[in-house]
Amino acid sequence: MKLVKFTKKGIYCIPGKFYLDPWLPVEYAIISHGHADHARRGNKFYLCQTDSKAILKHRLGADIHVESLNYNEPKMINGVQVSFFPAGHVIGSAQIRLEYKGFVVVFTGDYKVKNDYITVPFEPIKCHEFITESTFGLPIYNWLSEAQLQQQMYNWVLKNQAHNRTSVFLGYSLGKAQRLMKLMEGVDKMYVHSAIHNLNTAIKDSGIPLPETELLTYDFKKEDVQNRIVILPPGLLGSKLIKKIPNAATAICSGWMQIRGNRRWQSVDAGFAVSDHADWNGLLSAVKATEAEKVYVTHGSQATFSKYLNEIGIPSAEVKTEYGTEEEEAELISEKPISP
Amino acid sequence: MKHFSDLISAIEITNKTNAKIDALVDYLKIAPEKDKLWLITLFTGKRPPRPVKTTLMRQWCLEITGLPEWLFLESYSSVGDLGETIALMLPDPTHHIDKTLSDWMTELKALKSKSDAEKKAYVLHAWSGLQMQERLIFNKLIGGSFRIGVSKKTLVNALSKYSGIDANQLMHSIIGHWDMDTISFNELVNGEHINYDNSKPYPFCLAYSLEKELPELGQPEEWQVEYKWDGIRGQIVKRNNEIFIWSRGEELVTSQFPELVTILQDFKEDFVIDGEILALKDNAVLLFNDLQKRLNRKNVSKKMLEEVPVGFYVYDVLEWNGDDIRTQPLQYRRQLLEQLLSSNSAHDTLVISEIIEFTEWDELDAIRNKAREFNSEGLMLKQKNSPYHTGRKKGDWWKWKVDPLTIDAVMIYAQKGSGRRSSKYTDYTFAVKKDDGLVTVAKAYSGLTDKEITEISRFVNKNAIEKFGPVRTVKPELVFEIAFEGIAFSNRHKSGVALRFPRILRWRRDKSVEEIDTIEQVKLLITNPN
Repeated sequence: MKLVKFTKKGIYCIPGKFYLDPWLPVEYAIISHGHADHARRGNKFYLCQTDSKAILKHRLGADIHVESLNYNEPKMINGVQVSFFPAGHVIGSAQIRLEYKGFVVVFTGDYKVKNDYITVPFEPIKCHEFITESTFGLPIYNWLSEAQLQQQMYNWVLKNQAHNRTSVFLGYSLGKAQRLMKLMEGVDKMYVHSAIHNLNTAIKDSGIPLPETELLTYDFKKEDVQNRIVILPPGLLGSKLIKKIPNAATAICSGWMQIRGNRRWQSVDAGFAVSDHADWNGLLSAVKATEAEKVYVTHGSQATFSKYLNEIGIPSAEVKTEYGTEEEEAELISEKPISP
Repeated sequence: MKHFSDLISAIEITNKTNAKIDALVDYLKIAPEKDKLWLITLFTGKRPPRPVKTTLMRQWCLEITGLPEWLFLESYSSVGDLGETIALMLPDPTHHIDKTLSDWMTELKALKSKSDAEKKAYVLHAWSGLQMQERLIFNKLIGGSFRIGVSKKTLVNALSKYSGIDANQLMHSIIGHWDMDTISFNELVNGEHINYDNSKPYPFCLAYSLEKELPELGQPEEWQVEYKWDGIRGQIVKRNNEIFIWSRGEELVTSQFPELVTILQDFKEDFVIDGEILALKDNAVLLFNDLQKRLNRKNVSKKMLEEVPVGFYVYDVLEWNGDDIRTQPLQYRRQLLEQLLSSNSAHDTLVISEIIEFTEWDELDAIRNKAREFNSEGLMLKQKNSPYHTGRKKGDWWKWKVDPLTIDAVMIYAQKGSGRRSSKYTDYTFAVKKDDGLVTVAKAYSGLTDKEITEISRFVNKNAIEKFGPVRTVKPELVFEIAFEGIAFSNRHKSGVALRFPRILRWRRDKSVEEIDTIEQVKLLITNPN
């Protein structure tokens, strides 16, 4: 059965006549989550998970036509049953499950298997065909537990405070920022950049609680921020704003920070491997849990990961998509450092 | 090993030398005596031979993880470091081993003579008892370089800050002969095994780039003009029959240039002279590329000595039979120098820097423009009455380099960097037009900002046509202005030309691939560089 095909515009559901995370404008787009490479402008109708709705409106415009469904709330579109299941990637992120005449395809969008205590945790779903991301599809990527990570970051903040330094964490606004807020909740007062603050407001307005933060205003007082915690989007690295923060010690928070070369590349003070994607073992366990007869591997290490899956007896193919312009890079381009 | 592991983490994350020095000082404050000696040993390249082959370590890692070799290699090419790749791939530790740096090093030294089975048992036990970062360090202790940007000079500066002892003396101390088993850390840094009075160098006098018109300098006869050479600036210290060669980076490089030492032994006088270490053959200066083959080798082979003989072009004399003469005028020092070198028969190896005769300022430009023909990089202008200054001082010494040659070329291959740059495409190959196609002319990796490199890496990721190992063939689209110091015909290059010191001058976003140079235009630069 051929339920989906990979087209120039995106992943297309043939009987359903809709697209999943299209990268060119289409009539009907089902969106896995609110990151810029998955939720693009210009589609006529959007369908997303309930928690994503406010985020999509915030990012793509209040006037978009968007409908939403709760997790595991099916909707029939042209005879195809569409439902969302938690992907554990960022708030509102969903795996998109399609069922047609008993045949099931699941598209993951982006996902992580591990619970971050702020996103609804990933749920494995059995299917015939599984379309998975592979951002960190190499066996060198194995994340620390959330507790170990928290300990590392906590120690870093304490060390900074002992040296009279302000701890600045860089993480993209949707997902990473909220996760950092959760990781650092209760450690000290947290200031966030307006891009993060506005998104937080949209999320909170839709009824999802978030840890308490302060807006880092344009004219913040140095003595207020000194020795505290500041969370900024990565595009602000090297900006005037960062230079204004007194005695800033800067840390990039990204899965890529697992590699020394990457940590050293940016000339920051620390790099924490905090990722919203599945690590190597996460990807493998997710794929195995689906019991899929065919696995399509999208953005990331698609060639490597699908070759490995084939070798261990899981039929797989790589698929070229336009996802995986890293959200942090996307922010670098689109959200130019907002001066002060 | 926690402290050492923290030290490495602190050093590797920063590119600020002062932050590295502070981290080293913090470590020296808390490390046990023996660990400090090991730190010096490891950071000065005096480490013991590798006890376990990398192929074995790789094989054991594959056995433990059950992963195929191709996947290991794929991972390795992403990480750019074998010890780190292994450390990242291994499963979480099952227990925790806590040993000092010197315990580990002593055990690893003893491991060398053990059987492969014993080695395997030892390494596997260590791997399963260490966290990721410690595991990485353990792998590095077995062999390989830390690649964390700590030069001997940085280490010496940290030791100096910690102990209050003069940095140059410490350089001599750590480079001199010492044995970990018979010396204490304090004896070592206090230099009880050396005589620093014999090696003590002077700070180099450095020149600024010429920033005014020549006539503004005054009368031509007040100036001594010499060629500027592109080798390694060096200072030779000869006192009480001991000879030391210091590089401008304040490292002792004596053992790298045995032919200089041999010649110097024939001199009766004591002196300190300033000059340039150059590759010299048949009285001609070779390219820096040739000299490079001689650098940082533990042993200089006979073949190397014959292939790339090294000489010293002498610029100045700073000390004469025990007297510091740096405040004497250049004219006087020059006379002494001529006397010293004419009375000894070392003219092929120890060569006095030639003075360029001229009467009018406007003669010099033509001379400068020809300098490239014999591998000089321009002219040096020195006030005849000037003292030998300490460091860089404006006014008395000027360097006046030849202008670099430039071409516009298109990027056709990109490769990831290593170490700090292993995540980005930083090494590029450039081509110019030849007939209907393109031909490679240069490889270059410097001259761009981090931001530009990030942007280019993104372009490479999107526009890679083919993969050859770590190299990506990319769509010929990005045009760069390439600067270089010299150009020559070459049979070894497909293009027929070899560029000297190519570097990226700037990214020409305004130019398209149609507008790049042709190989014929490039070749014209050889016959007519202006």
